[in-house]
Amino acid sequence: MYDVVIIGAGVIGGMIARALSRYDLKICVLEKENDVAMGSTKANSAIIHAGFDAPVGSLKAKLNVQGSQMMESVCKELGVKYIRNGSLVVGFNDTDLKTILDLYNRGKKNGVNGLKILNSEELHELEPALSRSAHFALYAPTGAIVCPYGLAVAAIGNAMDNGAELKCNYNVKSITKTDLGFEVSSYTEKVSTKYIINCAGLFADEVSALANDSSFTIRPRKGEYILLDKECGKTVTHTIFGPPSSMGKGILVSPTVDGNLLLGPTSVDFNEKDNKDTTQVGLSSIQSKACEYLATVPTGKNITSFCGLRAVGSTGDFIIESPQKGFINVAGIESPGLSASPAIAEYVVDMLKDSGIVMHKKKKYISTRPSATRFRDASLEEKNKMISDNPAYGKIVCRCEKITEGEILDALRTNPKATDLDGIKRRTRAQMGRCQGGFCTPYIIELIARENGISFESVTKFGANSAVITGKTKGNPNL
Amino acid sequence: MKDLVIIGGGPAGMSAALSAFDCGIKDILILERDSHLGGVLQQCIHNGFGLQKFGEELTGPEYAFRYEEKIIKSGIEVKLNTMVLDITEDKTVTATNPHDGIFQIKAKAVILAMGCRERPRGALNIAGSRPAGIFTAGTAQKLVNTKGLLPGKSVVILGSGDIGLIMAKRLTLEGAKVKGVFELMPYSGGLARNIQQCLNDFNIPLRLSHTVVEVHGKERVEGITVAEVDEKRVPIESTKEFIPCDTLLLSVGLIPENELSKSANVKISPVTNGALVDQNRQTSVSGIFACGNVLHVHDLVDFVSDEAEIAGKSAAKYINNDLSDSTEINIFTDGKIRYTVPQRITDLTDVKVYFRVNNIYKNVNIKVTDGINTLLTKKRPKVSPGEMESVTLKNDHLKNVKELHFSLEVV
Repeated sequence: MYDVVIIGAGVIGGMIARALSRYDLKICVLEKENDVAMGSTKANSAIIHAGFDAPVGSLKAKLNVQGSQMMESVCKELGVKYIRNGSLVVGFNDTDLKTILDLYNRGKKNGVNGLKILNSEELHELEPALSRSAHFALYAPTGAIVCPYGLAVAAIGNAMDNGAELKCNYNVKSITKTDLGFEVSSYTEKVSTKYIINCAGLFADEVSALANDSSFTIRPRKGEYILLDKECGKTVTHTIFGPPSSMGKGILVSPTVDGNLLLGPTSVDFNEKDNKDTTQVGLSSIQSKACEYLATVPTGKNITSFCGLRAVGSTGDFIIESPQKGFINVAGIESPGLSASPAIAEYVVDMLKDSGIVMHKKKKYISTRPSATRFRDASLEEKNKMISDNPAYGKIVCRCEKITEGEILDALRTNPKATDLDGIKRRTRAQMGRCQGGFCTPYIIELIARENGISFESVTKFGANSAVITGKTKGNPNL
Repeated sequence: MKDLVIIGGGPAGMSAALSAFDCGIKDILILERDSHLGGVLQQCIHNGFGLQKFGEELTGPEYAFRYEEKIIKSGIEVKLNTMVLDITEDKTVTATNPHDGIFQIKAKAVILAMGCRERPRGALNIAGSRPAGIFTAGTAQKLVNTKGLLPGKSVVILGSGDIGLIMAKRLTLEGAKVKGVFELMPYSGGLARNIQQCLNDFNIPLRLSHTVVEVHGKERVEGITVAEVDEKRVPIESTKEFIPCDTLLLSVGLIPENELSKSANVKISPVTNGALVDQNRQTSVSGIFACGNVLHVHDLVDFVSDEAEIAGKSAAKYINNDLSDSTEINIFTDGKIRYTVPQRITDLTDVKVYFRVNNIYKNVNIKVTDGINTLLTKKRPKVSPGEMESVTLKNDHLKNVKELHFSLEVV
């Protein structure tokens, strides 16, 4: 029997698992996909918001500001890339100016430090690539960028290093109240637990309903993005937002922690929770919006486009509450959910403590996790030491991102272990560069098959029926 | 310190090495990222290579082996599994491999022969889902020809570049159903012989002025939507058509891989995406040369070998302080001719200038002037973007010339 079952291995489930793994608790994270970080966590703006957007007094505002303050040290402990690059909300006309002043005042009330209104001269000195029709901006020096899936992988990995379990491909189908807590079932496997924390993202309303609480709903809101070549990564240094609307913070232009340039997201309410298709309309609207912000937009430098779904809750605020003893919903975690995630985790830890569960701190808690980028970030001498200890670090597999076989093997062997191509991509960046896996995919398929003792045809892109290879050729001697 | 470091052991790198070797340079090092020499030829098991160079039809591996044998015989040093991480303007090369770790070599001359990469889906902004089953044609070729693995059973190919055409035939021979090749342009970018031998002979339809507008399928590709495009290459809504398939292959263009060249401050042409070079294939950085698909994308490997020989010879001369620059002639093109290689001439010598056109034209005069006087004309019954053309300028043509203008007149 587990003390705590966490449903959903996104950044929220992961950060909560990590926070709880400090204590002597038997923890299990259930994930319906083949890997962690497969929902909203893997496709979002990757921004740590300063905290001026959310309404004063909301849970969003409080946890955003707290989370944003905690994020840098959390990322340091977990070896995750974090850059405090500062953000700018740029304005073009008088209406925008009013919006920006509102944001400034709201930010002050929310407790955001260092906010400043910039005039045209200050703005263009800070960001020379911006369109000359941008006349002023709200500058938030505490705005930052992070690798969101890297954070989720690291948080869950760290929780696992501290004894938490992870079950992937576990789709929760029923939750039954028992004398001691709950029985959770996927129809093929049952687990018993004293406490459940529902971090099921887009599906949090459905999981909550399984436990007889239908007090809220989650609607998907589509956000499409375009990612540009690293050549364009220095187009801007800050995260550039347009003035916000009721549908969110508008399209942004931002460098990523890995040095690419990110454009997006669109914002379209939608009914299908599993439709992550990009659209022609969406992609071209991003391009044209970027043209409004930037004096010159790099052309022909797109390397990929993708779509994420925000989990928009029906209450307008984060839904973090306990509808019944032992069951906690952590739902409606749309933006600024990533920014708030470390604070959400502590908030949930406190809720659990208040609910009467006995929580003793572990004697041997490991607070840090080796960085997935430790080879890349090492000095020349350290790299050569690593290569002589393990020659696989000397072999480049992904040419574009210069990722070595050693790093890919690490991803296949380190908690939470990658088992598919996209899992390797999120953990190492192999296949994520300008050729998008054109050169390295065949070799990575071999590494996955070899490492896991499976056939090439069993290697998938992201689990289930996403096998990459459909069979062998006629002449293949292993037919 | 090495006399000559060659980045890449494909057809260009091997040919350049051998020609430098024949010119007396013995202190040569080839750095190759793969575990074998030969580059992309290793996976090109179809024939048709070597017609120009050897007067016979070879497969890619056979063609490569002719050079590899000579490399082995010559004793030219080769480091395999070696990835170059950086090249500086002063020709210091940083590389890594499992055996040596990360190491630096200073070279008197460097030849860039890194080849090219394929344009991925993201570059085209194709909308829809992102399931398994989308490959560039070259990745599919590698899986089929070197790993014995099939990427799919029911295939649509976007782009009629040569690799796409060759894979249409290859997958058909392996039992897959190739439902069609769709080409955005009103003409194919591939060689005429490939259209005949790879599509027509197998009844595979080629639909020009068409593109893929959407990918369907959550886990594996389940189909694609294609549409005809108008003259501005914008998809026409009313022509949208769903085609069920489990695989989409992309053959939508090759991009010379010049990230290392850029780190060495080599000036890149926005048209070819390769270095700007003179007739010696010397780049804007003294002592750094470029050849093969890293310089501009070729249709035939035979031309790559020729070009690499020039680069090898020139590098040898450079190392021996024997490279003369007696003049400075820049070459301009009229747009119908998209680009020339070389883009400038620095010595009064016979120069073969290669060029590519931007569209299909019939009955044309290729005209070379010095801005005022016509120096040379050449009649061609047909020119097309898929087939590289050339003219040879004689030493005499270049005397007292400050610039050259290449233009195309449709008769």
